Amino acid sequence: MNILVSIKQVPDTKVIKVNPKTNTLDRSSAPAILNPYDAHAVQEAVRLKQKHGGKVIVLSMGPPQAANAIRKCVEIGADEGYLISDKKFAGADTLATSYALYKAIEKLEKEQGIDLVLCGKHAIDGDTGQVGPGIARRMGMPPLTNVINVESVDTDNKLIRVHRKIEEGHEVIESPLPCLLTVEKTINEVEYAPLPNMLRAARYEPYVWSVDDLEDVDIKQLGLKGSPTIVGTMWPPEKSSGAEMIEGSTDEQVSRLLEVMNDTQELLAVKGGDGA
Amino acid sequence: MAEKFDMIIVGAGPAGSAAAYTAAKEGLKVLLIERGEFPGAKNVMGGILYRKQLEEIIPEFWQEAPLERPVVEQRFWFLDKESMVTTSYKDKSWAEEPYNSFTVLRAKFDKWFAQKAVQQGALLINETVVTECIVEDGKVIGVRTDRPDGDVYADVVVLADGVNSLLAKNLGFHKEWKPQEVALSVMEVLKLDKKTVNERFNVGENEGVSVEIFGEATKGALGTSFLYTNKDSVNIGVGTTLSGMIERKMKPHDLLEELKAHPMIAPYLEGSESQEYLAHLIPEGGFDAVPKLVGDGVIVVGDAGQFVNAIHQEGSNMAMKSGKLAAETVIKAKELNDFSEAALDSYRTDIYDSFIGKDLKKYRDAAHTFEENPQYFEEYVPMMNQAMNTFFTVDGTPKWEKQKKIAAKVTAGRGKTGLVKDMYKAWKAVK
Repeated sequence: MNILVSIKQVPDTKVIKVNPKTNTLDRSSAPAILNPYDAHAVQEAVRLKQKHGGKVIVLSMGPPQAANAIRKCVEIGADEGYLISDKKFAGADTLATSYALYKAIEKLEKEQGIDLVLCGKHAIDGDTGQVGPGIARRMGMPPLTNVINVESVDTDNKLIRVHRKIEEGHEVIESPLPCLLTVEKTINEVEYAPLPNMLRAARYEPYVWSVDDLEDVDIKQLGLKGSPTIVGTMWPPEKSSGAEMIEGSTDEQVSRLLEVMNDTQELLAVKGGDGA
Repeated sequence: MAEKFDMIIVGAGPAGSAAAYTAAKEGLKVLLIERGEFPGAKNVMGGILYRKQLEEIIPEFWQEAPLERPVVEQRFWFLDKESMVTTSYKDKSWAEEPYNSFTVLRAKFDKWFAQKAVQQGALLINETVVTECIVEDGKVIGVRTDRPDGDVYADVVVLADGVNSLLAKNLGFHKEWKPQEVALSVMEVLKLDKKTVNERFNVGENEGVSVEIFGEATKGALGTSFLYTNKDSVNIGVGTTLSGMIERKMKPHDLLEELKAHPMIAPYLEGSESQEYLAHLIPEGGFDAVPKLVGDGVIVVGDAGQFVNAIHQEGSNMAMKSGKLAAETVIKAKELNDFSEAALDSYRTDIYDSFIGKDLKKYRDAAHTFEENPQYFEEYVPMMNQAMNTFFTVDGTPKWEKQKKIAAKVTAGRGKTGLVKDMYKAWKAVK
């Protein structure tokens, strides 16, 4: 079973700064990392490969330094990596991105056959979660989002059974292969990579494709030109205020805390959704 | 079967990267293993990089290395509670190629240096901890890492794993360092815009200042503090021997906070914003603390070898030099296909013949003398300040009387003989 994982190199949003004037992310202020959700997608692909055979192919679109994110996937256990990198891809929104990735997957599908596509739930820099389903739509594959468990794969009958996280709980779905999954972090734990993988990754050079390496590409659908998304205004979230620091001896602190809890019942009200 | 390399280097600091670069350039199969997220992520120094030793490895490195500012002025401040005596040397020629020294931020610099080794063909892996050397029949034949399938082999393992070098300790090369053999240094990187740095330190765009501070900053303990200018930040730090901190019950963090708030220092830092807070041990045991440096299939370099000149605040240059010498030794050993202790022993003699061995020997007793005789730090700096205050405060006292007063004060402290003895001891320690 050949599994393709679509991944992205993102700025580490744990440490990124926001430009106070433009409200845009100052990407130079943060180190570039493999999107954390994508690491789980690669790990799941490696797990499935170990069970069912085949190989794990990683695909990314980005500047040449995105090769480092692909190397990180090789550490986890990916077999091959492809980077589509070209100035013509630059400035792409989710629509143009999914088109470019689709064109690359189409080529890989023709060359080697793809049985399953995995993506992270979303990238931590944009949080849209649109590229995965966008690829699925273009490939004509069923998109199964927010997957938390791959229960079984039936390679003979080409069927996959997964658990999805939905608002009301979990949903168990069976789908024909090939299909596309976007995964939650809870699907697995990314394992501490074995040393031979580290050595292989340090040496690994991904295949780099430009637009010209892809077939039947409609240039108008690429990059900034192919991106209808317009960012209106941006503003930072309001800073919450009114926090009270409770000080004093332990007894004083406990009695003050009880007071606050009694006075503000809404703090304790259980809301719907997760953990409801 | 696990892979075998010509040389495995543990630790991608200045010593490790210098060794990796030198060996890979000669075509050796080199593996460089770093425990941090990237080289430099865990490394700390005050921030002065001397030109000479890196230039010997990478000529004209300043064209491309991520440096902050070339140092054009070295200032020395002798700090009392509300005053200081200062002296400095400024040299315009230091602002031009080939420069003398630079301020650097290690997180950036070490990353670059390791990448240069990778460009020469060395293999670098990060986030991997070497837990022990693999020893067979008394010979080091590789390393064991904390990763699954984590063994990897080499003809020679170079230990560049820093001041604590647990690996060299496990091999029995050294014992636990004594508190007087290591200094604890804490520092902070404070963000300050470029223009403010230029104005406050009276330098141009691409010119930097290093300030070494003595006296009050360490509360009389053996040690120094520093203030260095980066492009748009300053590094400020303070370090004393571990024994000094223990005896005086000082916490390094408090020392740094007090230094930052000192009336002579605070104006330089006003309006700055804390960017990074770092702490590190510095090997300061000197000549007599140097461990066994060579064994069968193993060589010790950099801080792990205690190559630090505490008096002149040099360490990274010695680290690079030792890394280079280690690589050259392995290259020779490879030609003869002999990696025994005897074959690698030329590394040890090379170290002692180089400025590393000679400088460590020169200052062999220095740290010891100053540690045993705290008056140099506790008494003489305040004395200098008081002398200046007496002499320069205009209060109608004739100058001749002032001089007599100063002389009386000075000899009252230590006595004439004590004074002469101290001067002799200090001279002997650094001669």
